[in-house]
Amino acid sequence: MSTIAEPLNRSDAAAAPSLQDAIQFVWAEADMLDRLDYKAWLPLWTEDGRYIVPTERDISDYDDRLNILNDDAEMRQARVKRLLSGFSMSSAPPARTVRTVSRFVPVVVEDGAITLRAAMIMVEYKYERMRTMAADVVYRIVSTADGLKLDRKIVTLVNCDDYQHGIGYLL
Amino acid sequence: MSSTDFATLVRDDRVLTPMYTDEAIFEEEMDRIFKNTWVWVAHASDVPTGNTFKTSWVGREPVIVTRDKQGKIHTLLNRCRHRAASVCEKRKGKASVFVCPYHGWSYDVDGKLRKVPHISGYGEGLDTDDYGLVSLRTEEYNGMIFATFKDDIQPLVEFLGSAKKWIDLFMKQGGGYGVKTLGEHRFRFPGNWKIQLENTTDAYHFPIVHKTFLDSLDPEAENVFQVLAHGGWVEDLGNGHSVMVMIPDLIDLEDNLDAPIPQRFEELAKELAAEGMPDDQVRRVVRAVGGSGFNLNLFPNVACSMAFFRVLRPIEVDETEIMHVAIGMDGGPDAANRMRLRLHEHFQGPMGFGTPDDAEGWERVQRGARAGQDLWVMVNRGVDAPEGVAAPGHNAGDVSAETGMRAAYQMWKRMMTA
Ligand code: FES
Ligand SMILES: [Fe+2]
Repeated sequence: MSTIAEPLNRSDAAAAPSLQDAIQFVWAEADMLDRLDYKAWLPLWTEDGRYIVPTERDISDYDDRLNILNDDAEMRQARVKRLLSGFSMSSAPPARTVRTVSRFVPVVVEDGAITLRAAMIMVEYKYERMRTMAADVVYRIVSTADGLKLDRKIVTLVNCDDYQHGIGYLL
Repeated sequence: MSSTDFATLVRDDRVLTPMYTDEAIFEEEMDRIFKNTWVWVAHASDVPTGNTFKTSWVGREPVIVTRDKQGKIHTLLNRCRHRAASVCEKRKGKASVFVCPYHGWSYDVDGKLRKVPHISGYGEGLDTDDYGLVSLRTEEYNGMIFATFKDDIQPLVEFLGSAKKWIDLFMKQGGGYGVKTLGEHRFRFPGNWKIQLENTTDAYHFPIVHKTFLDSLDPEAENVFQVLAHGGWVEDLGNGHSVMVMIPDLIDLEDNLDAPIPQRFEELAKELAAEGMPDDQVRRVVRAVGGSGFNLNLFPNVACSMAFFRVLRPIEVDETEIMHVAIGMDGGPDAANRMRLRLHEHFQGPMGFGTPDDAEGWERVQRGARAGQDLWVMVNRGVDAPEGVAAPGHNAGDVSAETGMRAAYQMWKRMMTA
Protein backbone atom coordinates (compact mmCIF):
# COMPACT_ATOMS: atom_id res chain seq x y z
CA MET A 1 0.00 0.00 0.00
CA SER A 2 1.47 3.37 -0.96
CA THR A 3 1.82 6.19 1.49
CA ILE A 4 0.31 8.64 -0.97
CA ALA A 5 -3.46 8.92 -1.01
CA GLU A 6 -4.74 7.17 -4.10
CA PRO A 7 -7.70 8.71 -5.88
CA LEU A 8 -10.90 7.37 -4.43
CA ASN A 9 -12.18 4.27 -6.12
CA ARG A 10 -15.86 5.19 -6.27
CA SER A 11 -17.93 2.38 -7.71
CA ASP A 12 -21.36 2.89 -6.18
CA ALA A 13 -21.10 5.13 -3.21
CA ALA A 14 -24.80 5.67 -2.80
CA ALA A 15 -25.36 3.80 0.45
CA ALA A 16 -21.78 3.89 1.77
CA PRO A 17 -21.14 5.43 5.19
CA SER A 18 -19.89 8.99 4.93
CA LEU A 19 -16.29 9.66 5.80
CA GLN A 20 -17.39 11.72 8.76
CA ASP A 21 -19.64 8.93 10.10
CA ALA A 22 -16.88 6.39 9.61
CA ILE A 23 -14.40 8.55 11.54
CA GLN A 24 -16.88 8.99 14.38
CA PHE A 25 -17.30 5.24 14.45
CA VAL A 26 -13.53 4.66 14.63
CA TRP A 27 -13.18 7.16 17.48
CA ALA A 28 -16.02 5.54 19.38
CA GLU A 29 -14.30 2.17 18.98
CA ALA A 30 -10.96 3.55 20.18
CA ASP A 31 -12.66 5.01 23.21
CA MET A 32 -14.32 1.67 24.01
CA LEU A 33 -11.00 -0.16 23.83
CA ASP A 34 -9.24 2.32 26.11
CA ARG A 35 -12.12 2.00 28.59
CA LEU A 36 -12.00 -1.82 28.31
CA ASP A 37 -15.66 -1.80 27.31
CA TYR A 38 -15.21 -5.06 25.42
CA LYS A 39 -18.81 -6.22 25.89
CA ALA A 40 -19.98 -3.22 23.88
CA TRP A 41 -17.16 -3.74 21.40
CA LEU A 42 -18.20 -7.25 20.30
CA PRO A 43 -21.50 -6.23 18.66
CA LEU A 44 -19.70 -3.54 16.66
CA TRP A 45 -18.62 -6.33 14.33
CA THR A 46 -20.29 -7.99 11.36
CA GLU A 47 -20.71 -11.73 11.67
CA ASP A 48 -17.92 -12.44 9.16
CA GLY A 49 -15.74 -9.62 10.42
CA ARG A 50 -12.02 -10.27 10.72
CA TYR A 51 -9.70 -8.68 13.24
CA ILE A 52 -6.06 -9.10 12.21
CA VAL A 53 -2.72 -8.02 13.65
CA PRO A 54 -0.05 -9.29 11.24
CA THR A 55 3.64 -10.01 11.84
CA GLU A 56 4.64 -8.76 8.39
CA ARG A 57 4.05 -5.58 6.40
CA ASP A 58 2.70 -5.29 2.87
CA ILE A 59 1.04 -8.67 2.64
CA SER A 60 -2.46 -9.60 1.60
CA ASP A 61 -2.82 -13.33 2.28
CA TYR A 62 -3.09 -13.14 6.06
CA ASP A 63 -4.63 -16.60 6.39
CA ASP A 64 -1.53 -18.35 5.05
CA ARG A 65 0.85 -16.33 7.22
CA LEU A 66 1.59 -16.20 10.89
CA ASN A 67 -0.18 -13.27 12.54
CA ILE A 68 -0.15 -11.90 16.05
CA LEU A 69 -3.87 -12.50 15.87
CA ASN A 70 -6.36 -13.39 13.14
CA ASP A 71 -9.76 -13.53 14.80
CA ASP A 72 -13.15 -14.49 13.53
CA ALA A 73 -16.29 -13.94 15.61
CA GLU A 74 -15.70 -17.01 17.78
CA MET A 75 -12.12 -16.05 18.61
CA ARG A 76 -13.11 -12.46 19.36
CA GLN A 77 -15.66 -13.71 21.83
CA ALA A 78 -13.19 -16.08 23.45
CA ARG A 79 -10.65 -13.27 23.62
CA VAL A 80 -13.04 -10.88 25.33
CA LYS A 81 -14.09 -13.60 27.76
CA ARG A 82 -10.43 -14.18 28.61
CA LEU A 83 -9.57 -10.50 29.01
CA LEU A 84 -12.55 -9.86 31.27
CA SER A 85 -12.32 -13.10 33.25
CA GLY A 86 -10.03 -11.77 35.94
CA PHE A 87 -7.95 -14.96 35.60
CA SER A 88 -5.50 -13.73 32.99
CA MET A 89 -2.40 -12.60 34.80
CA SER A 90 -1.43 -10.17 32.02
CA SER A 91 -4.79 -8.42 31.90
CA ALA A 92 -5.86 -8.43 35.52
CA PRO A 93 -5.08 -5.65 35.83
CA PRO A 94 -4.15 -4.71 32.27
CA ALA A 95 -1.84 -1.89 31.32
CA ARG A 96 -3.69 1.41 31.00
CA THR A 97 -3.85 2.68 27.45
CA VAL A 98 -4.58 5.96 25.73
CA ARG A 99 -4.78 5.91 21.95
CA THR A 100 -5.49 8.36 19.24
CA VAL A 101 -6.50 7.51 15.68
CA SER A 102 -5.96 10.04 12.94
CA ARG A 103 -4.59 10.71 9.42
CA PHE A 104 -7.65 9.14 7.81
CA VAL A 105 -7.50 8.32 4.13
CA PRO A 106 -10.54 6.80 2.44
CA VAL A 107 -9.26 4.05 0.17
CA VAL A 108 -12.33 2.42 -1.32
CA VAL A 109 -15.94 3.52 -1.25
CA GLU A 110 -18.30 0.89 -2.56
CA ASP A 111 -21.85 -0.24 -2.22
CA GLY A 112 -22.67 0.18 1.44
CA ALA A 113 -19.08 0.15 2.66
CA ILE A 114 -16.09 2.39 3.14
CA THR A 115 -12.49 1.32 3.67
CA LEU A 116 -10.21 3.72 5.51
CA ARG A 117 -6.56 3.89 6.25
CA ALA A 118 -5.50 5.58 9.47
CA ALA A 119 -2.63 6.06 11.90
CA MET A 120 -2.90 4.98 15.51
CA ILE A 121 -0.57 6.16 18.27
CA MET A 122 -1.01 4.54 21.62
CA VAL A 123 0.68 4.88 24.99
CA GLU A 124 0.50 2.08 27.54
CA TYR A 125 1.35 2.37 31.19
CA LYS A 126 2.07 -0.42 33.66
CA TYR A 127 4.64 -1.17 36.33
CA GLU A 128 6.27 2.28 36.53
CA ARG A 129 6.80 2.24 32.80
CA MET A 130 5.39 3.90 29.68
CA ARG A 131 5.58 2.36 26.22
CA THR A 132 4.57 3.92 22.92
CA MET A 133 3.17 1.95 20.04
CA ALA A 134 2.31 3.08 16.54
CA ALA A 135 0.33 1.32 13.86
CA ASP A 136 -1.17 1.70 10.43
CA VAL A 137 -4.77 0.59 10.66
CA VAL A 138 -7.16 -0.36 7.88
CA TYR A 139 -10.87 -0.32 8.71
CA ARG A 140 -13.69 -1.59 6.54
CA ILE A 141 -16.98 -0.21 7.81
CA VAL A 142 -20.34 -1.25 6.39
CA SER A 143 -23.84 0.16 6.65
CA THR A 144 -26.39 -2.31 7.95
CA ALA A 145 -29.96 -2.12 9.14
CA ASP A 146 -28.45 -2.04 12.66
CA GLY A 147 -26.22 0.90 11.89
CA LEU A 148 -22.51 0.91 11.05
CA LYS A 149 -20.55 -2.28 11.64
CA LEU A 150 -16.88 -3.12 11.59
CA ASP A 151 -16.12 -5.73 8.95
CA ARG A 152 -12.37 -5.67 8.85
CA LYS A 153 -9.72 -4.17 11.08
CA ILE A 154 -6.07 -4.76 10.27
CA VAL A 155 -3.63 -3.28 12.75
CA THR A 156 -0.11 -3.29 11.32
CA LEU A 157 2.27 -2.19 14.04
CA VAL A 158 5.14 -0.07 12.76
CA ASN A 159 7.50 -2.73 14.20
CA CYS A 160 5.24 -5.71 13.49
CA ASP A 161 8.14 -7.88 12.28
CA ASP A 162 10.32 -7.03 15.26
CA TYR A 163 9.86 -7.95 18.90
CA GLN A 164 6.86 -6.85 20.97
CA HIS A 165 6.21 -7.08 24.67
CA GLY A 166 3.33 -9.04 26.11
CA ILE A 167 0.11 -7.18 25.23
CA GLY A 168 -2.73 -7.79 27.67
CA TYR A 169 -5.40 -5.64 25.97
CA LEU A 170 -6.83 -5.05 22.50
CA LEU A 171 -5.22 -2.99 19.74
CA MET B 1 32.48 -11.94 41.65
CA SER B 2 35.46 -14.27 41.33
CA SER B 3 35.20 -17.52 39.44
CA THR B 4 35.33 -19.64 42.59
CA ASP B 5 32.07 -18.18 43.85
CA PHE B 6 29.80 -19.55 41.13
CA ALA B 7 29.52 -22.97 42.71
CA THR B 8 27.99 -21.45 45.83
CA LEU B 9 25.07 -20.04 43.82
CA VAL B 10 23.69 -23.43 42.87
CA ARG B 11 22.78 -26.24 45.23
CA ASP B 12 21.14 -29.48 44.16
CA ASP B 13 17.63 -28.16 44.69
CA ARG B 14 17.90 -24.35 44.82
CA VAL B 15 19.68 -21.37 43.31
CA LEU B 16 20.53 -18.02 44.86
CA THR B 17 18.57 -14.89 43.85
CA PRO B 18 21.52 -12.93 42.31
CA MET B 19 21.40 -15.54 39.50
CA TYR B 20 18.62 -13.35 38.07
CA THR B 21 19.88 -9.90 38.99
CA ASP B 22 23.68 -9.68 39.06
CA GLU B 23 25.18 -8.06 35.97
CA ALA B 24 28.62 -9.52 36.59
CA ILE B 25 27.18 -13.04 36.63
CA PHE B 26 25.40 -12.31 33.35
CA GLU B 27 28.62 -11.14 31.69
CA GLU B 28 30.39 -14.31 32.80
CA GLU B 29 27.52 -16.47 31.49
CA MET B 30 27.83 -14.91 28.07
CA ASP B 31 31.48 -16.00 27.98
CA ARG B 32 31.49 -19.26 29.85
CA ILE B 33 28.22 -20.64 28.49
CA PHE B 34 27.17 -18.93 25.27
CA LYS B 35 30.69 -18.74 23.80
CA ASN B 36 31.52 -22.20 24.99
CA THR B 37 28.87 -24.61 23.78
CA TRP B 38 26.51 -25.46 20.93
CA VAL B 39 23.98 -22.67 20.45
CA TRP B 40 20.94 -23.10 18.16
CA VAL B 41 20.99 -20.65 15.25
CA ALA B 42 18.46 -21.82 12.65
CA HIS B 43 16.32 -24.59 11.25
CA ALA B 44 17.46 -26.12 7.95
CA SER B 45 14.27 -24.85 6.25
CA ASP B 46 15.32 -21.26 7.03
CA VAL B 47 18.09 -21.75 4.46
CA PRO B 48 16.34 -24.14 2.08
CA THR B 49 18.55 -23.91 -1.03
CA GLY B 50 22.00 -22.79 -2.17
CA ASN B 51 22.73 -19.07 -1.63
CA THR B 52 20.05 -18.53 1.01
CA PHE B 53 20.65 -17.00 4.42
CA LYS B 54 19.09 -16.11 7.74
CA THR B 55 20.42 -13.69 10.34
CA SER B 56 20.60 -14.97 13.91
CA TRP B 57 22.64 -14.77 17.11
CA VAL B 58 25.13 -16.83 19.06
CA GLY B 59 24.67 -15.44 22.54
CA ARG B 60 24.84 -11.69 22.02
CA GLU B 61 26.82 -11.84 18.78
CA PRO B 62 24.94 -11.31 15.50
CA VAL B 63 25.61 -13.96 12.86
CA ILE B 64 24.47 -14.89 9.36
CA VAL B 65 23.60 -18.52 8.74
CA THR B 66 24.15 -19.31 5.06
CA ARG B 67 23.90 -22.27 2.74
CA ASP B 68 26.44 -22.27 -0.07
CA LYS B 69 25.92 -23.59 -3.59
CA GLN B 70 27.22 -27.02 -2.54
CA GLY B 71 24.59 -27.14 0.22
CA LYS B 72 27.04 -26.67 3.08
CA ILE B 73 25.88 -24.52 5.98
CA HIS B 74 28.02 -21.76 7.47
CA THR B 75 27.62 -19.48 10.47
CA LEU B 76 29.44 -16.17 9.94
CA LEU B 77 29.89 -13.27 12.30
CA ASN B 78 27.87 -10.39 10.85
CA ARG B 79 30.76 -7.97 10.92
CA CYS B 80 32.85 -6.64 8.07
CA ARG B 81 36.55 -7.31 8.54
CA HIS B 82 37.40 -3.79 7.36
CA ARG B 83 35.87 -1.44 9.91
CA ALA B 84 33.19 -3.63 11.47
CA ALA B 85 29.98 -2.62 9.66
CA SER B 86 27.28 -5.29 9.66
CA VAL B 87 27.18 -6.79 6.18
CA CYS B 88 23.57 -8.03 6.26
CA GLU B 89 20.53 -6.47 7.93
CA LYS B 90 17.84 -8.62 6.36
CA ARG B 91 16.05 -11.27 8.37
CA LYS B 92 16.14 -13.90 5.64
CA GLY B 93 16.67 -14.14 1.92
CA LYS B 94 18.76 -15.13 -1.05
CA ALA B 95 22.27 -13.88 -1.77
CA SER B 96 25.29 -15.13 -3.65
CA VAL B 97 27.50 -12.42 -2.16
CA PHE B 98 27.42 -10.05 0.81
CA VAL B 99 28.67 -6.59 -0.11
CA CYS B 100 29.52 -4.34 2.80
CA PRO B 101 27.64 -1.09 2.19
CA TYR B 102 30.34 1.09 3.80
CA HIS B 103 33.42 0.68 1.55
CA GLY B 104 32.33 -2.18 -0.64
CA TRP B 105 34.31 -5.18 0.58
CA SER B 106 32.46 -8.23 -0.67
CA TYR B 107 32.24 -11.74 0.77
CA ASP B 108 31.19 -15.11 -0.59
CA VAL B 109 28.42 -16.95 1.26
CA ASP B 110 31.07 -19.19 2.86
CA GLY B 111 32.66 -16.02 4.30
CA LYS B 112 35.66 -15.77 1.96
CA LEU B 113 36.70 -12.18 1.17
CA ARG B 114 36.03 -11.89 -2.54
CA LYS B 115 36.94 -8.36 -3.53
CA VAL B 116 38.35 -5.20 -1.97
CA PRO B 117 37.74 -2.00 -3.99
CA HIS B 118 41.01 -0.24 -4.93
CA ILE B 119 43.05 -2.93 -3.26
CA SER B 120 46.21 -1.30 -4.63
CA GLY B 121 45.93 1.21 -1.77
CA TYR B 122 47.22 -1.54 0.52
CA GLY B 123 50.38 -2.06 -1.52
CA GLU B 124 51.40 -5.65 -0.83
CA GLY B 125 49.96 -5.34 2.67
CA LEU B 126 46.59 -7.11 2.44
CA ASP B 127 46.21 -10.85 1.99
CA THR B 128 42.49 -11.41 1.32
CA ASP B 129 42.77 -14.92 2.77
CA ASP B 130 43.28 -13.34 6.20
CA TYR B 131 40.13 -11.22 6.11
CA GLY B 132 37.16 -13.44 5.46
CA LEU B 133 34.07 -13.15 7.68
CA VAL B 134 34.77 -15.08 10.89
CA SER B 135 33.23 -18.51 10.44
CA LEU B 136 31.99 -20.50 13.44
CA ARG B 137 31.97 -24.25 13.72
CA THR B 138 28.51 -25.36 12.57
CA GLU B 139 26.79 -28.75 12.81
CA GLU B 140 23.27 -30.01 12.17
CA TYR B 141 21.09 -32.72 13.63
CA ASN B 142 17.74 -33.58 12.01
CA GLY B 143 17.29 -30.04 10.69
CA MET B 144 18.40 -28.30 13.89
CA ILE B 145 21.45 -26.13 13.14
CA PHE B 146 23.82 -25.19 15.95
CA ALA B 147 27.01 -23.14 15.96
CA THR B 148 29.83 -22.68 18.45
CA PHE B 149 32.85 -20.46 18.97
CA LYS B 150 34.77 -23.51 20.25
CA ASP B 151 36.69 -25.73 17.89
CA ASP B 152 37.61 -28.29 20.53
CA ILE B 153 34.32 -29.21 22.22
CA GLN B 154 32.52 -32.48 21.58
CA PRO B 155 30.62 -32.94 18.31
CA LEU B 156 26.98 -31.81 18.32
CA VAL B 157 25.55 -35.34 18.25
CA GLU B 158 27.49 -36.21 21.40
CA PHE B 159 26.38 -33.02 23.12
CA LEU B 160 22.73 -33.78 22.31
CA GLY B 161 23.10 -37.38 23.49
CA SER B 162 19.81 -38.76 24.83
CA ALA B 163 17.96 -35.71 23.50
CA LYS B 164 18.41 -36.97 19.92
CA LYS B 165 15.67 -39.56 20.30
CA TRP B 166 13.24 -36.81 21.34
CA ILE B 167 14.27 -34.55 18.45
CA ASP B 168 13.49 -37.43 16.10
CA LEU B 169 10.08 -37.94 17.72
CA PHE B 170 9.39 -34.21 17.58
CA MET B 171 10.04 -34.04 13.84
CA LYS B 172 7.30 -36.62 13.23
CA GLN B 173 4.89 -33.69 13.29
CA GLY B 174 5.85 -33.25 9.66
CA GLY B 175 3.14 -35.91 9.19
CA GLY B 176 5.21 -37.68 6.54
CA TYR B 177 6.39 -34.41 4.98
CA GLY B 178 9.45 -32.45 6.02
CA VAL B 179 9.30 -29.88 8.79
CA LYS B 180 9.59 -26.21 7.82
CA THR B 181 9.40 -22.92 9.66
CA LEU B 182 6.25 -20.88 8.90
CA GLY B 183 7.01 -17.62 10.70
CA GLU B 184 7.86 -16.40 14.15
CA HIS B 185 6.57 -14.35 17.01
CA ARG B 186 9.23 -12.31 18.72
CA PHE B 187 8.72 -10.73 22.08
CA ARG B 188 10.79 -9.51 24.99
CA PHE B 189 10.21 -9.53 28.68
CA PRO B 190 12.10 -7.59 31.32
CA GLY B 191 13.67 -10.57 33.05
CA ASN B 192 16.64 -12.90 33.14
CA TRP B 193 17.05 -15.60 30.48
CA LYS B 194 17.12 -18.42 33.02
CA ILE B 195 13.58 -17.56 34.12
CA GLN B 196 12.41 -18.55 30.66
CA LEU B 197 14.75 -21.53 30.51
CA GLU B 198 13.03 -22.88 33.63
CA ASN B 199 9.56 -22.38 32.19
CA THR B 200 9.72 -24.81 29.29
CA THR B 201 9.68 -27.82 31.58
CA ASP B 202 7.45 -26.24 34.24
CA ALA B 203 4.07 -27.97 34.05
CA TYR B 204 3.26 -26.88 37.58
CA HIS B 205 2.26 -23.38 36.41
CA PHE B 206 0.13 -24.52 33.49
CA PRO B 207 -3.35 -24.94 35.04
CA ILE B 208 -2.96 -21.70 37.00
CA VAL B 209 -1.38 -19.32 34.52
CA HIS B 210 -3.14 -20.79 31.48
CA LYS B 211 -6.63 -21.09 32.93
CA THR B 212 -8.05 -18.66 30.36
CA PHE B 213 -6.45 -20.67 27.54
CA LEU B 214 -8.01 -23.87 28.89
CA ASP B 215 -11.38 -22.10 29.20
CA SER B 216 -11.24 -21.20 25.51
CA LEU B 217 -11.04 -24.84 24.33
CA ASP B 218 -13.73 -27.38 23.63
CA PRO B 219 -14.14 -29.90 26.49
CA GLU B 220 -12.19 -32.64 24.69
CA ALA B 221 -9.22 -30.39 23.93
CA GLU B 222 -9.41 -28.92 27.42
CA ASN B 223 -9.00 -32.40 28.82
CA VAL B 224 -5.97 -33.04 26.61
CA PHE B 225 -4.35 -29.87 28.02
CA GLN B 226 -4.92 -30.85 31.65
CA VAL B 227 -1.22 -31.56 31.60
CA LEU B 228 -0.96 -32.65 35.24
CA ALA B 229 -3.61 -35.34 34.79
CA HIS B 230 -2.22 -37.79 32.27
CA GLY B 231 0.67 -39.50 34.03
CA GLY B 232 3.38 -37.48 32.33
CA TRP B 233 6.90 -37.06 33.60
CA VAL B 234 10.04 -34.92 33.43
CA GLU B 235 13.37 -36.51 32.66
CA ASP B 236 16.95 -35.24 32.93
CA LEU B 237 18.63 -36.09 29.60
CA GLY B 238 22.14 -35.01 30.55
CA ASN B 239 24.19 -31.92 29.55
CA GLY B 240 21.44 -29.66 30.90
CA HIS B 241 18.80 -31.02 28.48
CA SER B 242 15.47 -32.27 29.73
CA VAL B 243 12.12 -33.46 28.44
CA MET B 244 8.71 -32.87 29.99
CA VAL B 245 6.08 -35.30 28.75
CA MET B 246 2.65 -33.73 29.23
CA ILE B 247 0.54 -35.97 27.02
CA PRO B 248 2.05 -39.46 26.92
CA ASP B 249 -0.46 -40.49 24.21
CA LEU B 250 1.18 -37.99 21.88
CA ILE B 251 4.82 -39.01 22.28
CA ASP B 252 4.89 -40.89 19.01
CA LEU B 253 2.67 -39.27 16.39
CA GLU B 254 2.84 -42.37 14.21
CA ASP B 255 1.17 -44.52 16.88
CA ASN B 256 -2.59 -44.91 17.40
CA LEU B 257 -3.52 -43.82 13.92
CA ASP B 258 -6.84 -45.67 14.27
CA ALA B 259 -7.96 -43.57 17.24
CA PRO B 260 -11.06 -41.41 16.68
CA ILE B 261 -10.34 -37.96 15.25
CA PRO B 262 -10.60 -35.28 17.95
CA GLN B 263 -13.48 -32.83 17.58
CA ARG B 264 -11.28 -29.82 16.91
CA PHE B 265 -9.69 -31.56 13.92
CA GLU B 266 -12.88 -33.00 12.39
CA GLU B 267 -13.35 -30.19 9.92
CA LEU B 268 -9.74 -30.39 8.79
CA ALA B 269 -10.08 -34.16 8.30
CA LYS B 270 -13.14 -33.61 6.11
CA GLU B 271 -11.36 -30.94 4.10
CA LEU B 272 -8.35 -33.18 3.48
CA ALA B 273 -10.57 -36.12 2.52
CA ALA B 274 -12.48 -33.85 0.12
CA GLU B 275 -9.16 -32.98 -1.52
CA GLY B 276 -8.77 -36.68 -2.25
CA MET B 277 -6.25 -37.61 0.43
CA PRO B 278 -6.46 -41.30 1.38
CA ASP B 279 -7.84 -42.02 4.86
CA ASP B 280 -4.61 -43.31 6.43
CA GLN B 281 -2.74 -40.21 5.27
CA VAL B 282 -5.55 -37.95 6.56
CA ARG B 283 -5.21 -39.59 9.98
CA ARG B 284 -1.46 -39.20 9.98
CA VAL B 285 -1.62 -35.51 9.04
CA VAL B 286 -4.43 -34.74 11.47
CA ARG B 287 -2.64 -36.43 14.33
CA ALA B 288 0.51 -34.46 13.51
CA VAL B 289 -1.23 -31.09 13.29
CA GLY B 290 -1.63 -30.59 17.04
CA GLY B 291 2.06 -31.26 17.68
CA SER B 292 3.89 -33.58 20.05
CA GLY B 293 2.86 -34.16 23.63
CA PHE B 294 6.16 -33.06 25.11
CA ASN B 295 8.55 -30.14 25.56
CA LEU B 296 12.21 -30.86 24.94
CA ASN B 297 14.52 -28.28 26.48
CA LEU B 298 18.00 -28.10 24.95
CA PHE B 299 20.54 -26.21 27.03
CA PRO B 300 21.12 -23.30 26.71
CA ASN B 301 18.84 -21.60 24.18
CA VAL B 302 16.28 -23.70 22.31
CA ALA B 303 13.30 -25.90 23.02
CA CYS B 304 11.23 -28.13 20.80
CA SER B 305 7.89 -27.37 22.39
CA MET B 306 4.71 -29.19 21.29
CA ALA B 307 4.38 -27.61 17.84
CA PHE B 308 7.05 -24.91 17.66
CA PHE B 309 10.63 -23.98 18.45
CA ARG B 310 11.13 -21.71 21.40
CA VAL B 311 14.39 -19.80 21.14
CA LEU B 312 15.76 -17.54 23.82
CA ARG B 313 18.23 -14.75 23.30
CA PRO B 314 19.79 -13.07 26.31
CA ILE B 315 19.86 -9.28 25.88
CA GLU B 316 20.77 -7.95 29.33
CA VAL B 317 20.74 -9.40 32.82
CA ASP B 318 17.09 -8.34 33.06
CA GLU B 319 15.98 -8.41 29.41
CA THR B 320 15.39 -11.50 27.27
CA GLU B 321 13.98 -11.99 23.81
CA ILE B 322 11.94 -15.06 22.95
CA MET B 323 11.16 -16.31 19.48
CA HIS B 324 8.30 -18.74 19.05
CA VAL B 325 8.89 -20.22 15.64
CA ALA B 326 5.78 -21.76 14.07
CA ILE B 327 6.55 -24.91 12.09
CA GLY B 328 4.52 -26.79 9.53
CA MET B 329 4.62 -29.50 6.91
CA ASP B 330 7.03 -28.81 4.07
CA GLY B 331 5.02 -29.56 0.95
CA GLY B 332 2.08 -30.65 3.09
CA PRO B 333 -1.56 -29.64 2.55
CA ASP B 334 -2.27 -25.90 2.88
CA ALA B 335 -5.31 -26.58 5.04
CA ALA B 336 -3.15 -28.40 7.60
CA ASN B 337 -0.54 -25.64 7.68
CA ARG B 338 -3.25 -22.99 8.01
CA MET B 339 -4.66 -24.87 10.97
CA ARG B 340 -1.22 -25.00 12.56
CA LEU B 341 -0.85 -21.24 12.09
CA ARG B 342 -4.22 -20.58 13.76
CA LEU B 343 -3.37 -22.93 16.65
CA HIS B 344 -0.04 -21.15 17.06
CA GLU B 345 -1.73 -17.73 17.10
CA HIS B 346 -4.23 -19.01 19.66
CA PHE B 347 -1.62 -19.65 22.37
CA GLN B 348 1.61 -17.98 21.30
CA GLY B 349 2.77 -14.53 20.51
CA PRO B 350 2.49 -11.16 22.22
CA MET B 351 -1.34 -11.29 22.12
CA GLY B 352 -1.90 -15.05 22.37
CA PHE B 353 -4.06 -16.69 25.02
CA GLY B 354 -0.98 -18.09 26.76
CA THR B 355 2.23 -16.21 26.13
CA PRO B 356 1.37 -12.78 27.61
CA ASP B 357 0.47 -14.53 30.85
CA ASP B 358 3.75 -16.44 30.87
CA ALA B 359 5.61 -13.20 30.18
CA GLU B 360 3.78 -11.48 33.02
CA GLY B 361 4.79 -14.32 35.35
CA TRP B 362 8.42 -14.07 34.32
CA GLU B 363 8.43 -10.31 34.76
CA ARG B 364 6.96 -10.78 38.23
CA VAL B 365 9.83 -13.14 39.08
CA GLN B 366 12.34 -10.49 38.04
CA ARG B 367 10.52 -7.77 40.00
CA GLY B 368 10.24 -9.97 43.07
CA ALA B 369 13.91 -10.93 42.86
CA ARG B 370 14.81 -7.33 43.78
CA ALA B 371 13.92 -8.42 47.29
CA GLY B 372 16.02 -10.79 49.36
CA GLN B 373 19.32 -11.27 47.52
CA ASP B 374 20.24 -13.84 50.15
CA LEU B 375 17.09 -15.92 49.57
CA TRP B 376 16.98 -19.14 47.58
CA VAL B 377 14.86 -19.76 44.49
CA MET B 378 13.43 -23.22 45.10
CA VAL B 379 13.48 -25.89 42.40
CA ASN B 380 12.98 -28.80 44.76
CA ARG B 381 9.67 -30.27 43.59
CA GLY B 382 10.23 -33.90 42.76
CA VAL B 383 7.74 -36.70 42.93
CA ASP B 384 8.66 -40.19 41.77
CA ALA B 385 8.09 -40.78 38.10
CA PRO B 386 5.34 -43.18 37.10
CA GLU B 387 6.76 -46.71 36.78
CA GLY B 388 8.94 -47.52 33.83
CA VAL B 389 8.51 -44.42 31.71
CA ALA B 390 11.85 -42.67 31.87
CA ALA B 391 14.90 -44.25 30.29
CA PRO B 392 16.56 -46.59 32.82
CA GLY B 393 19.26 -44.80 34.76
CA HIS B 394 17.75 -41.40 34.09
CA ASN B 395 16.81 -38.97 36.77
CA ALA B 396 13.06 -38.37 36.45
CA GLY B 397 10.06 -37.08 38.36
CA ASP B 398 6.35 -36.69 37.78
CA VAL B 399 5.23 -34.09 35.25
CA SER B 400 5.11 -31.27 37.82
CA ALA B 401 8.58 -32.02 39.20
CA GLU B 402 11.33 -29.45 38.82
CA THR B 403 13.75 -32.06 37.50
CA GLY B 404 14.31 -30.15 34.25
CA MET B 405 15.33 -26.98 36.08
CA ARG B 406 17.70 -28.91 38.30
CA ALA B 407 19.23 -30.49 35.19
CA ALA B 408 19.79 -27.07 33.62
CA TYR B 409 21.26 -25.56 36.78
CA GLN B 410 23.67 -28.45 37.26
CA MET B 411 24.91 -27.87 33.71
CA TRP B 412 25.13 -24.15 34.45
CA LYS B 413 27.27 -24.90 37.47
CA ARG B 414 29.49 -27.29 35.51
CA MET B 415 30.11 -24.74 32.77
CA MET B 416 30.53 -21.75 35.06
CA THR B 417 33.11 -23.47 37.25
CA ALA B 418 35.02 -25.34 34.53
S1 FES C 1 33.43 -1.40 6.96
FE1 FES C 1 32.99 -2.86 5.46
S2 FES C 1 34.05 -2.17 3.73
FE2 FES C 1 34.57 -0.74 5.24
FE1 LIG D 1 3.32 -21.26 30.27
